[in-house]
Amino acid sequence: MIRVFVIILMATGLLATQPASAGPEKDLQAMQDFYQKRFPNVAPEEFANGLYAFDEGARAQWLELEDFPPYEIAVEEGEAYFNTPFANGNSYADCFENNGLSIKQNYPYFDNDTSKVVTLELAINQCREENGEQPLPYLRGELTAISAYMAYTSRGNTINVQVPNDNPKALAAYDAGKQFYYSRRGQLNFSCSSCHVQVVGLSLRADPISTTVGQVTHFPAYRTVWGEIVTLHRRFVECNSQVRARPFESQSDEYRNLEYFLTYMSNGFELNGPSSRR
Amino acid sequence: MTKYMVPILLLVITSAELGWAEPALSSDAADKIERGKELTFARGKGNCLACHVVAGGEMAGNVAPPLIMMKVRYPDRMKLRAQIWDASALISTTTMPPFGRHRILTEEEIDLVVDFVLTL
Ligand code: HEC
Ligand code: HEC
Repeated sequence: MIRVFVIILMATGLLATQPASAGPEKDLQAMQDFYQKRFPNVAPEEFANGLYAFDEGARAQWLELEDFPPYEIAVEEGEAYFNTPFANGNSYADCFENNGLSIKQNYPYFDNDTSKVVTLELAINQCREENGEQPLPYLRGELTAISAYMAYTSRGNTINVQVPNDNPKALAAYDAGKQFYYSRRGQLNFSCSSCHVQVVGLSLRADPISTTVGQVTHFPAYRTVWGEIVTLHRRFVECNSQVRARPFESQSDEYRNLEYFLTYMSNGFELNGPSSRR
Repeated sequence: MTKYMVPILLLVITSAELGWAEPALSSDAADKIERGKELTFARGKGNCLACHVVAGGEMAGNVAPPLIMMKVRYPDRMKLRAQIWDASALISTTTMPPFGRHRILTEEEIDLVVDFVLTL
């Protein structure tokens, strides 16, 4: 038993601490190779299903839940909100490419004008403000529903986040997100990678831990324990809080950069959100 | 803790009066082990079950080796205490939280956890 743990420790040692900066493409390749070795029997595209890729018991419950998807109401509400014109007569469709449909695979992106990462949720609020509307709160409700609808129209599209090699500012944002992922924080002293890389597939109490690759494909997600649909940043808050670290604000620079890195780690995966999670 | 202080004090007082010096001592040791066990299992304290299988505990994780045969494996109590106080001093990449260094447990609480773990 102890032998097995030592071997896992040695195998994860390489990726557990931050790998030397080799550029996004090499990072992605290293990450994918790592999980393929760690889970030789899991088909790569299955990682988009989070822990259900390898936990059969949890997977059965999840598939049952999918018969009557708990996120469906949010998608319907989101569609209605999305199609309701603003006071000035414009609508969300006017702010986005392709009328806002089937575009989530391009988010987040690095905006050269502001030198910041723009997430889909941020772009939704920017659209409102450009049209004289109040921004919506990020944590729950209308904005999450709109995001769920936009994700739904993008199902099946391949994530294609760009970190241009010739754009040092974009690279810096990506690196900041990566740095965040590998930095220990909180009283319990965990980095994101401590859990999702180092002890991936094992269980903390009764919670098996999902892989970094494929982790963002299915957001927003309806969480049974919360009884509501939540954004990716809400999940970041939860993961920071459980190690007793002070979480950052939704859509803070820190979380935007983190989302940039983490979504890049899912490049090539198909979007399959919104989803249900325990 | 206060929950236990009262019975302990009562015990000490009554045993002193009745001259039961020895049983009072050993029940003090048993009480320490019981408190150590609670600290080991409590989610807000040691929460060792998050990662280790520990006899008597439910819903254990499997991130780390089971805590078994500890007395045999840790003849030196201070080695065990050091592992709990700051596991990262021994293995820098460990996921085990530094219970002492980060003040997740007090020095006294760590001693109680050690008392309990050595019974495993
Ligand atoms: C102490 C362990 C731990 C740490 C540290 C941790 N996570 Fe998690 N994370 C979990 C657990 C447990 C879950 C729920 C099971 C799962 O889906 O992996 C989870 C879920 C997630 C999910 C949702 C996965 C899904 O399929 O819905 C994302 C995204 C995520 N974590 C990202 C992060 C990020 C980013 C960080 C660092 C800021 C982080 N985690 C740090 C334990 C951790
Ligand atoms: C989040 C995970 C985690 C938690 C919580 C945790 N440990 Fe550990 N522990 C580990 C890991 C991983 C190892 C393997 C060696 C290493 O990485 O330090 C370990 C190793 C040990 C060892 C040495 C291994 C052996 O069998 O000789 C002892 C003793 C130990 N832990 C005791 C505890 C006690 C007591 C607690 C609670 C107060 C605790 N651990 C909480 C992860 C954890």
